[in-house]
Amino acid sequence: MEVPRLPPLQETIRNLYFHVCMWFAMMILFTISVVNAVRYLRTFNQKYDIYARQYAVMAIVLGLLGYITGAIWASYTWADPNKPVMNSFSSIARDPKLIGAAIALLVYFAYLILRDSIQDMDKKARISAVYNIFAYAILFPAIWILPRILPSLHPGNDGNPALDVKNDISGNMRMVFYPAVIGWTLLAVWITTLKIRLSLLKEKKMMS
Amino acid sequence: MDNHIKNTVEFIERKKDDVMMKLKKLLLLCCLLTVSVLGMAQENKVEMADTMRSNGRIYVVVAVVVTILLGLILYVARLDRKITRLEKENK
Repeated sequence: MEVPRLPPLQETIRNLYFHVCMWFAMMILFTISVVNAVRYLRTFNQKYDIYARQYAVMAIVLGLLGYITGAIWASYTWADPNKPVMNSFSSIARDPKLIGAAIALLVYFAYLILRDSIQDMDKKARISAVYNIFAYAILFPAIWILPRILPSLHPGNDGNPALDVKNDISGNMRMVFYPAVIGWTLLAVWITTLKIRLSLLKEKKMMS
Repeated sequence: MDNHIKNTVEFIERKKDDVMMKLKKLLLLCCLLTVSVLGMAQENKVEMADTMRSNGRIYVVVAVVVTILLGLILYVARLDRKITRLEKENK
């Protein structure tokens, strides 16, 4: 398929179908997670708490994959080709988009630690559901708003990150990209449902 | 200022100096331009020849795809182990 030929990117522009999809799927899964947290707080049904937790875990996995792939991508496009990759680390690591994503992921790591450190079932579910809502509220400033205000190496400083048809991608890349987002999201949701079924079984066993 | 010069030879000399100065400046500009163009040409050539940057950097895409696949497969494998353990406990 024909892709735009951009100087620093070259063929790596095809990473759009993988790296960017990871982040999209992560946002969708965090959204599902917070919806389930709210559902738990409305009904106090333990099931929704497990849903919220497992969707958050899978979203973190996707976020980590997005981070690692981003690191690989950056080390061959942003880094100075005449020096070892590690020499460019300090200038790349300062990028506000990376820091924002790191903050968001760390907030969710804290969610897992908080949730798994409380013994009492009801207290655990209630506190982690409330924390989930706060974490979601920090996620969007950290990955959508803050990086857009600050200058960055990452594409899409003003506008949609890397999805601008005029500068970044062409229309036919979008035709692959959006189905890819749906596909990766469905894959992640499938893995999450496996995890949910597993933990529901465990729960049932513990009760009996 | 030139009105005060009585000697025409001196006037001509001064004009010559002016022209020379301009020429020198032009030459300097040309030099700098050449240097910068040469520098750019060199930068284009220095496109490192290691594997990751060869063939239009397609191997970066390969690395990214492999990372994601490995990540997901390892994660699912861990899940599989957990399920196996649960099944064994249920027996």
